[in-house]
Amino acid sequence: MNFTSLSERTPALEIAGLHKRFDRPAVNGFDLAVRAGEFYALLGPNGAGKTTILRMVAGLLRPDAGAIRIFGVDALADPVAAKQVVAWVSDEPMIYDKLTPFEYLEFVAGLWGVDAAAAAARARDLIDWLGLTGHAHERCEGFSKGMRQKVALAGALVHDPKLIVLDEPLTGLDAGSARQVKEVLRARVRAGGAVVMTTHILEVAERMADRIGVIAAGRLIAHGTLEELRERAGSGQASLEDAFLALVAEEAAA
Amino acid sequence: MSAPGTIAWLARHELRLAWRDWRSMLTAGRRRHGRIIVAILAIFALFMHGVAFAMLPRQFAARAIDKATLLVVTGCMVLSFSLLLSQSLESVTRAFYARFDLDLILSSPVLARRVFTVRIATVALSLAAMAALLAAPFIDVLLLRDGWRWLGAYAVVAAMGAAAAACAVAVTVALFRIIGARRTRFVAQIIAAVIGAVFVIVLQAAAIMSYGTMSRFAILQSDAVVTRAPEADSVLWWPARAVLGEPAAMAAVVAASLVLLTLAIMAFAPRFGEHVVAAAGASHAVARRQRPGAMRPASPAWALRHKEWTLLLRDPWLASQTLMQLLYLLPPALMLWRSFAEDIASLVLLVPVLVMAAGQLAGALAWLAISGEDAPDLVATAPVPAGRILRAKVEAVMGAVVIVFVPFLIALALAAPITALVAALGIVAAGAAATTIQLWFRAQAKRSHFRRRQTSSRLATFAEAFSSIAWAGTAALAAAGSWFAVVAGLIALAILAGVRLISPAPA
Repeated sequence: MNFTSLSERTPALEIAGLHKRFDRPAVNGFDLAVRAGEFYALLGPNGAGKTTILRMVAGLLRPDAGAIRIFGVDALADPVAAKQVVAWVSDEPMIYDKLTPFEYLEFVAGLWGVDAAAAAARARDLIDWLGLTGHAHERCEGFSKGMRQKVALAGALVHDPKLIVLDEPLTGLDAGSARQVKEVLRARVRAGGAVVMTTHILEVAERMADRIGVIAAGRLIAHGTLEELRERAGSGQASLEDAFLALVAEEAAA
Repeated sequence: MSAPGTIAWLARHELRLAWRDWRSMLTAGRRRHGRIIVAILAIFALFMHGVAFAMLPRQFAARAIDKATLLVVTGCMVLSFSLLLSQSLESVTRAFYARFDLDLILSSPVLARRVFTVRIATVALSLAAMAALLAAPFIDVLLLRDGWRWLGAYAVVAAMGAAAAACAVAVTVALFRIIGARRTRFVAQIIAAVIGAVFVIVLQAAAIMSYGTMSRFAILQSDAVVTRAPEADSVLWWPARAVLGEPAAMAAVVAASLVLLTLAIMAFAPRFGEHVVAAAGASHAVARRQRPGAMRPASPAWALRHKEWTLLLRDPWLASQTLMQLLYLLPPALMLWRSFAEDIASLVLLVPVLVMAAGQLAGALAWLAISGEDAPDLVATAPVPAGRILRAKVEAVMGAVVIVFVPFLIALALAAPITALVAALGIVAAGAAATTIQLWFRAQAKRSHFRRRQTSSRLATFAEAFSSIAWAGTAALAAAGSWFAVVAGLIALAILAGVRLISPAPA
């Protein structure tokens, strides 16, 4: 599916003044705008609030304050409509051990109300694309972490989402599987979809992201292209890792 | 302090884990509850001793050891042994399939046969401890009334634990070799369920067919069986004589069971590592080819119901537990069949059995469907209102309960339509109440934690049990035509209201 017509005017994701507190503030006035057709990487040290933000975007947590709009839909006022176009993939693939990948995709398609024939065709494509053809009708209980993550990713794509939200999706994947996942995500962005992803693998963010956001203590402390971040950190031609560490250290010192 | 890697060292490690596991199970992981739990256990132990005191005949010890006594004692022993064997099969299967620390231990230079030796010995020990705890009140009362010779009964209980563990190892390894690792888990759990239930059921079935009563002992005490039983001096009665305090018989029984356990360990321990590795790779083995490429048109609610039913059908533990519940319903079913032409009034007795079973089954299924959701994020991010998701899950649970109980209700309706109607209403009420309680106490958990669901919320477990009992009582009174059913129904509703008051606020 091509989302370009949607992408021109409507931002894929707009977050404004987002707050969430557990024992202490986890997200503290977070703002973000991601365009359709954009790959956005969210970086930050452990405990910075990345996962909390993404879980609020996916509708898994309710913010204490702030606004989230997904392709123009107020996700807090109308979560069901917002969820229709979002897919969530976490670092720990949540699939059913006793279902086969094909049955899992059938279930996900049912949840999103996708037409059965279209879902079946898309499921076959995804299973082939992700190299799961030989395992499509085996129960997932014996699958490796990489295979489970691929099944979860196929589930996220089977309903053709416009916004894919991923929390550390490459954790534990081998090089081949990680490349397949990256290719799938790139293809979605080329088709006009938007991807927001957290990662600790800075090389992935450096290579794949159109823009990168750096978050610390629940706030966005810097964002922009790689060059803009380098400039902001005053680190010239240094790697993203150097720029990231400089920005986080600067924030900690402030 | 034993040297690392030795059997003694491994045994210490296993016992420490087992002790902490047991303590955590009793105190729900809260250390400060320790004293309260000890006090509750002490009160319970006193109560059980009182029950044993009342149940055991005062002149039991002085009675002559005749064939009828030996038959009853042997019957009790076979019953206990079948339950121990069932539990032992469960534990041994878990030793093969539950990974926990096995990957760590087996990747170390420790010999696999030592690990297995210790694990099987631990199974035997824990079974013996469990059986001894259950039998203790009765043995203690006999000790008080008839002297020290009854102390030997504890040794016999320990011997039964050892023998059960040995048999379970042999059965599990045999299954591994005959049907392979993949099917062993499922089949072993089914066998465990059947063994645990079959002896009671056969005795009850025989009693119903011959005497029209559900008492297990009726058949054992009948003249026909006593006449045909071996003479009192037969070696077959040695286990019973051991329990009754004969030193020679007791020594023989204890020695035989220890030899059996040692043989099992020596024969099967060396291949333990292979079986564990086979079990770990079991799920890779078979590819299921079904409906390639086709999907059914589905609404979100249908997709949720279908998913729940598929997972329930593929859950070996649940399948074995449900099978056991159904097996326990066989004697009442036989009673029903016998009563069809004779005494329709006795069918009223079936109503509480069916209602109670429905409540328990619904509670278990509701926990699996509502709390034991393995992909909560997926379901929560679907464009479906939360209420609709819960409704679909409840429908899946009630649908499964209906499928299980409809055949019994149809059979009952043929004999006594009004009684069947009352039973159906009771089943719906008990099932709905148990499901509602699980909804109120829902807490995210892994499906694989099903067996420990009671420890995560004891309140929910007790509430579910009390509610089922109350609805069973209500249905029984209603079926008997008593107006007290109204009072019992109000009590059942009051229990539900009370549970609502103490249930945690929805997240």
